[in-house]
Amino acid sequence: MLPTPNLDHLSSEDYEKVYNPAAVSLLLEDTFLFLDTLEDEVRFIKDDIKPCICLEIGSGTGCISTFLGQILGNGSTHINPHATATTIATGHRNSVLLDAITTDLTSGLLPRLNHAVDVICCNPPYVVTPHEDVHSKNILERSWAGGINGREVIDQILPLVNNLLSKNGVFYLLVINENMPDEICEKMRKEHQFQSEVVKFRLAGREKQYILKFKRCIDN
Amino acid sequence: MLQCHARGCNTNNFPLELSEVEIQVLETDYNPQFLRNMIPKLDWNALVVTAKKVGITAVPDVLPETMNEDIDENFLRNLHRILLETHVQQGKMTCPNCKHVYSIRDGIPNMLLNDEA
Repeated sequence: MLPTPNLDHLSSEDYEKVYNPAAVSLLLEDTFLFLDTLEDEVRFIKDDIKPCICLEIGSGTGCISTFLGQILGNGSTHINPHATATTIATGHRNSVLLDAITTDLTSGLLPRLNHAVDVICCNPPYVVTPHEDVHSKNILERSWAGGINGREVIDQILPLVNNLLSKNGVFYLLVINENMPDEICEKMRKEHQFQSEVVKFRLAGREKQYILKFKRCIDN
Repeated sequence: MLQCHARGCNTNNFPLELSEVEIQVLETDYNPQFLRNMIPKLDWNALVVTAKKVGITAVPDVLPETMNEDIDENFLRNLHRILLETHVQQGKMTCPNCKHVYSIRDGIPNMLLNDEA
């Protein structure tokens, strides 16, 4: 059993800056689903991928990146676009060195990191909201507002993943039922030749959460 | 590894030029295998130019042959120092083409064009 990253350095004020407080418990729950998945996948990631560069898109508290850093040891670089200082702080609290970048999704990383990233994790804004909320002036709202079908940000991320991911790389994405996971998988297969599987599923209240795992098709 | 992404700025926009930097060195475990894997992903020239900007001249201008097993330990140690232990805490990154300035605060580069965060 691996230790969950220590978050006791974060105050409730920090949470309010990163997340809507009303959504904190739910959001933490999906973070834990992600941690469980990575724990199951650790042998695969370590032995098959042997990652150099790991990227978390939308790192929030930095919990997922820190955990990845813990299980991989200091043998990889973690990049966290759209991070706040809390990401670094969480890494620091847990003796994990993280690199963070404040940007919009992955702007500034491409084309430098074209096909160079070995592990991408993303817990995206997936909540179904009106389209306008995705571009809300309120940065907190933007951290969870997914727009129509909760898919507007996810659909922006998918082609970026195709550009960023290395030949043997792996991409983990958290989605809910309303995001239509089957359609996401189909889209990735058709448009970017990725194979996919559901590696975790959980009911969180009324929300059905999935972790999807994508890899490039072998003959690609 | 960061590149200017201002609209219409498509040429000569890498590497971003560091200035007014404050460097922090944090020691971390040396992992030669990681460095070997990382080398093919680096733009060597950009690394050398950037390192010189912050006063580090410990890496050779031309990337040595790294495919063989007996790669120079000293070279890897220096690379480890630069890639993993040298952190730009504060500073500015200027696009060589359009001169847009991106800031680095508390170790975090801000690549937002309107600098809203």
